[in-house]
Amino acid sequence: MPEVLKAPLVLEFPFTRSLGPVQSAFLTGLRERVVLGVKTGDGRTLVPPVEYDPVTAEEIRDLVEVGATGTVTTWAWNHEPRRGQPLDTPFAWVLVRLDGADTALLHALDAPGPDAVRTGMRVRVRWAEERTGAITDIACFEPYESEGQEGHQPSAHSGEFQDMVTGIVAPARLDYVYSPGRAQTDYIHALSEQRTVGERCPSCRKVYVPPRGACPTCGVATAEHVEVGPRGTVTTYCIVNIKAKNLDIEVPYVYAHIALDGADLALHGRIGGMPYDQVRMGLRVEAVWSEGGRYPDHYRPTGEPDADYDVYKELL
Amino acid sequence: MQGAAAIREIAVVAFAQTDHRRTTDELSEVEMLMPVLHGVLEQTGLKTADIDFTCSGSSDYLAGRAFSFTLALDGVGAWPPISESHVEMDGAWALYEAWTKLLTGDADTALVYSYGKSSPGSVRDVLTRQLDPYYVAPLWPDSVALAALQAQALIDAGDTDEPALAAVAARSRTDASANSHAQVRGSVPQGDYVVRPLRTGDCPPVGDGAAAVILAAGDRARELCERPAWISGIDHRIEAHGLGVRELTDSPSTRLAAEKAGAFERPVDTAELHAPFTAQEVVLRKALRLGDDVRVNPSGGALAANPVMAAGLIRIGEAAARIHRGESDRALAHATSGPCLQQNLVAVLEGDPR
Ligand SMILES: [Zn+2]
Repeated sequence: MPEVLKAPLVLEFPFTRSLGPVQSAFLTGLRERVVLGVKTGDGRTLVPPVEYDPVTAEEIRDLVEVGATGTVTTWAWNHEPRRGQPLDTPFAWVLVRLDGADTALLHALDAPGPDAVRTGMRVRVRWAEERTGAITDIACFEPYESEGQEGHQPSAHSGEFQDMVTGIVAPARLDYVYSPGRAQTDYIHALSEQRTVGERCPSCRKVYVPPRGACPTCGVATAEHVEVGPRGTVTTYCIVNIKAKNLDIEVPYVYAHIALDGADLALHGRIGGMPYDQVRMGLRVEAVWSEGGRYPDHYRPTGEPDADYDVYKELL
Repeated sequence: MQGAAAIREIAVVAFAQTDHRRTTDELSEVEMLMPVLHGVLEQTGLKTADIDFTCSGSSDYLAGRAFSFTLALDGVGAWPPISESHVEMDGAWALYEAWTKLLTGDADTALVYSYGKSSPGSVRDVLTRQLDPYYVAPLWPDSVALAALQAQALIDAGDTDEPALAAVAARSRTDASANSHAQVRGSVPQGDYVVRPLRTGDCPPVGDGAAAVILAAGDRARELCERPAWISGIDHRIEAHGLGVRELTDSPSTRLAAEKAGAFERPVDTAELHAPFTAQEVVLRKALRLGDDVRVNPSGGALAANPVMAAGLIRIGEAAARIHRGESDRALAHATSGPCLQQNLVAVLEGDPR
């Protein structure tokens, strides 16, 4: 089989998320170097605070201020920090129960090495220099020798600050090396030779272009290569009036479903070489390859008489 | 007791899985999946058209391929339209949905499948995107780091230590020697720390794979399988989503699911546990009160092959296959999802007396 195709693929999303009243108070508080928790019905203090009681699902709103010092409840040494993590030098992941809280917060602990970290050690918040109202306003924790404050009573807090943060933008980026699989690899290789090659279902004999490796009617693998086209019929189309970002095509233009001769499935492509308002169902077209192009740039009229509707109606 | 289960008997009648591998660059998801779909159909003699309901589990984030589950449906023969559903979860939860569908009486047979292609991306990072988006995900704590926090908590509590974890790893990979589908088999060094206290040996292999199961009800199950693996109970439960709210050394959700599934009513002889990290087996054994006489993960478990989104369904399939083969009479199967055993499903499978 030919060489498997691979290409880098980056997925990036800037998620914009709104905050509820408790999250808004907590994240605004971090910006102001205040750590807030929330009281549950049974009197526990949750830090970080949530809007519903994890046990009873009751809405909870009573905010309290807890300490910026606390105790490590468990830890894990991360000798190879990964992208996006709080520190780019080796650090410990920690769950920290802040003084006055009954639950623990996940963050990073800046420590010289694993021998300097233990469960039960005392730590304090190291605030980020620039704070925006996000969990990363805590840059990390750092060791801080002090007495444990088991009896520390959190003090009530209104949760109100100037300029409340009401949302966060959470960027997410994931990197992949994409491989299209056998059928599409074969299809793309053929395209680079300016041939359009589909695959025939061994059961129902339909020819799929582009092939996806399976017949959706029969649920079996397709394998037999069938060259189709280069001419085909417009089965349906639309007129595009909005210019796409990064696409150097004048609008309006026509985007069409094209059933290549010999194919049992229409593929789609742009129609060029004629005014957009003269494109019609049944129009006979052929692929136009640009210099060095790995796929048809567009399809143009062949000048043949239009196909009869009955010929392509099953392919609509 | 599972009142509903008493109304309609439902069994796993067939199971197939791929050979799980580090990469499957030459295959698309549907190309990887088709052999297992055909596998379970062949085992039962069923054709696509004989399947009343189809349910799948997968996640587009793994391979970064949008709507991959709709492309995977090509392998089922989904045109003309079939009765079908999908969960963005491990296939064990797809099986749960199919089980409820069969309970309603609307279907007598169901095909359940799931697949995971982790090789195109970095699964440690991909899984950070399932975490709390406000307080946790912005810190990008990867799946190994979170499992390591749980492992350290167990060590601190005196529930385990590094040699005991290494023994779990060694037993799993040794057992996997008899499992031709497993990705990591035989004697494997425990290796260096990935995130301390977890070493490479404590972590599951990253790989690609797929699995499929057929469920059938009542007499239909008896026609399709010599010794059906009857689902005598199945339930799933979840922990609070805040990691710092949870008691990481225990799994109350697993225990509750097991109780609701009837697991504690009589002893099981076999347990297939979905514990991707060694320390999680310690948690599960405790939560499920498994004694030393229970055969745990004879397949090698998720430490031998962990195709994300399929590994939980594979636990049910492996347990069922042992009943089919007469190697077990009553088996427990467990599946998990999320960080540090966040969500847990327990099924109890039984064979008819021999
Ligand atoms: Zn076909």
